[in-house]
Amino acid sequence: MGILIDLDKCNGCGNCIEVCPFGLLELVDDKVQVKEGCNFCRACQEACTYDAILIEAAVEEVEVSDLHRGVWVFAEQRNGKIKGVAYELLSKGRELADTLNAELSAVCFGHNVAEASELTGYGADKVYLVDAPIIKGFEEDLYTAKFVELICQYRPEIVLAGATPMGRSFMPRVAARLRTGLTADCTGLEIDLGRRLLLQTRPTFGGNIMATIICSSKRPQMATVRPRVFKKNTPDKERKGQVIKLDFERGGITSKIKLLDFIEDLTERVKLEDTDIIVSGGRGLGKAENFHLLEELANVMGAALGSSRPPVDEGWIPYSHQVGQTGKTVCPKLYIACGISGAVQHLAGMQTSEIIIAINDDPNAPIFEVATYGIVGDLFKVVPMLIARLKGR
Amino acid sequence: MNIVVCLKQVPGTTEVKIDPQTNTLIREGILNILNPFDAYALEEGVRLKERCGGRVTAISMGPPQAEEMLREAISLGADEAVLLSDKAFAGADTLATSYTLARAIEKLGQTDLIICGRQTFDGDTGQVGPELAEMLGLPFVAYVSKIEDINKGMHLQRMVEEGHEIIELPLPAVITVVKEINVPRLPSLRGLAKAKSAPIPVWTAEELAIDMDKVGLKGSATRVVKVFSPQRVNRGEILQGEPEEQVKNLISKLGDAGIV
Repeated sequence: MGILIDLDKCNGCGNCIEVCPFGLLELVDDKVQVKEGCNFCRACQEACTYDAILIEAAVEEVEVSDLHRGVWVFAEQRNGKIKGVAYELLSKGRELADTLNAELSAVCFGHNVAEASELTGYGADKVYLVDAPIIKGFEEDLYTAKFVELICQYRPEIVLAGATPMGRSFMPRVAARLRTGLTADCTGLEIDLGRRLLLQTRPTFGGNIMATIICSSKRPQMATVRPRVFKKNTPDKERKGQVIKLDFERGGITSKIKLLDFIEDLTERVKLEDTDIIVSGGRGLGKAENFHLLEELANVMGAALGSSRPPVDEGWIPYSHQVGQTGKTVCPKLYIACGISGAVQHLAGMQTSEIIIAINDDPNAPIFEVATYGIVGDLFKVVPMLIARLKGR
Repeated sequence: MNIVVCLKQVPGTTEVKIDPQTNTLIREGILNILNPFDAYALEEGVRLKERCGGRVTAISMGPPQAEEMLREAISLGADEAVLLSDKAFAGADTLATSYTLARAIEKLGQTDLIICGRQTFDGDTGQVGPELAEMLGLPFVAYVSKIEDINKGMHLQRMVEEGHEIIELPLPAVITVVKEINVPRLPSLRGLAKAKSAPIPVWTAEELAIDMDKVGLKGSATRVVKVFSPQRVNRGEILQGEPEEQVKNLISKLGDAGIV
């Protein structure tokens, strides 16, 4: 694998320099040179009218077997309750499966997951339900082994899972064991029908750049998808589907890690991921006690309490409230950012919210660039007024 | 205890933009740094060594200039460092990267614990840790926020959405750590002196006796086909007037949207 410039043919026109998406080409002594980091995307080769750029045969487009058909959604559950992202992915998955003229299946691991039969209402033609007491919790080793076994048996062409801590921990292991590709934390999915390819778009560089990624030669094509990016359809109770119960046969599968205890964070009474309204505070709050003001607003509105990173770093509020690149990704109907300047890392976690309200005393704060409604002012004046008016209604 | 910490050199800022004229990433003036999330992995490795004895080896796959970052790792307490660098490694996705790292870790010899940061600052995938565990056939725990006990195995805290779990993990194993786990130290004078003169071997594909079909772009299952700037629609409206008026206006807007 490599890229070479034919110095006899290169006339230093610079056409290629402009098209390199990574800015890796430069002119040295009127000839083009390639810096480290090329990923052989061929953009320069296409732009060169002198055939001066040679790229050693990339991976041949391997004929992908027709045996792999269908779209799968991993329906994550915790304590018997299926996560919202599973329903969102089924709604999106239905669209993808229809385009491909293929079946949509949900795969659920757990014990006595009553909701599993409801997955068909969201678009699943089949539900593979692996029901066993031993996988009641997130037994990661067992999940990995069983999921790999099912993929090998039923051969889906696309596998989607939520980009939750569970999905982002166990899907890479499944992908690595199958030696296939996995795209993390996608926010866009489309189908290239001609090649039956899943076009997977994800934010990178903390949300400053979007990249579209394909997995052309391996199956299944796997992606984890951010919660609350896709809309959940209204379930169709009449929709029929097949629930296929599968046993978990321990066989040779062993779990090396042991779950000893679970300590719930009780400060987060309303879950950020599941709520319609989030009231969030940033550095502008100034001190821990001032979160009480936001708590009051949250209570009046039936909202969850969020935070940008600085208050978490300062110890004003636990990490479970953090929204952003290294916290949670949320997409509520309404996000109220109080005293948050709007660093890209924070925006990456909330900018898809339907309505964003920013309250900040700095008119130049980047949060106003994504805000639907902005109030430039003192949050300690504005928020109490907001609370008083809402209470008065 | 033999500890390996996997590090990556990343651009010092994510504030990269695409030049609208040329559709290229603007990289000028961006310094490379140790991936901030990896600093916690390195610190935890050094702390474990101080607690239990042993060695900390820092490894990184990257271009030749990643050597400076590995010197920084030595100044921060790593005993030694190895750079995996070869043109053949270029263009690797997480699958090819974890394969390459796995072969290098095998070459290092007996390893008890491999620590990675939760994700990189630039790529943000968080996939190399778990894929590496799979390539090495080792047990894995992500998002570790505390190492409680070390005997034959370790007792760890794993952060999950609803709180945290206590997990028993036998060694050897792979973990990824979150920033809550520690506060990284500053380099010591002794460390800086050591870093200056420490030999940093560079291992190429040949030295790793690696399967060339599994590294770099060739060994990657995924490929980037397009990069672009996110659309940030400025739909904003700044509400004018005195606070009373702004709040009144806001509530009527929310009323119109059916929210309050």
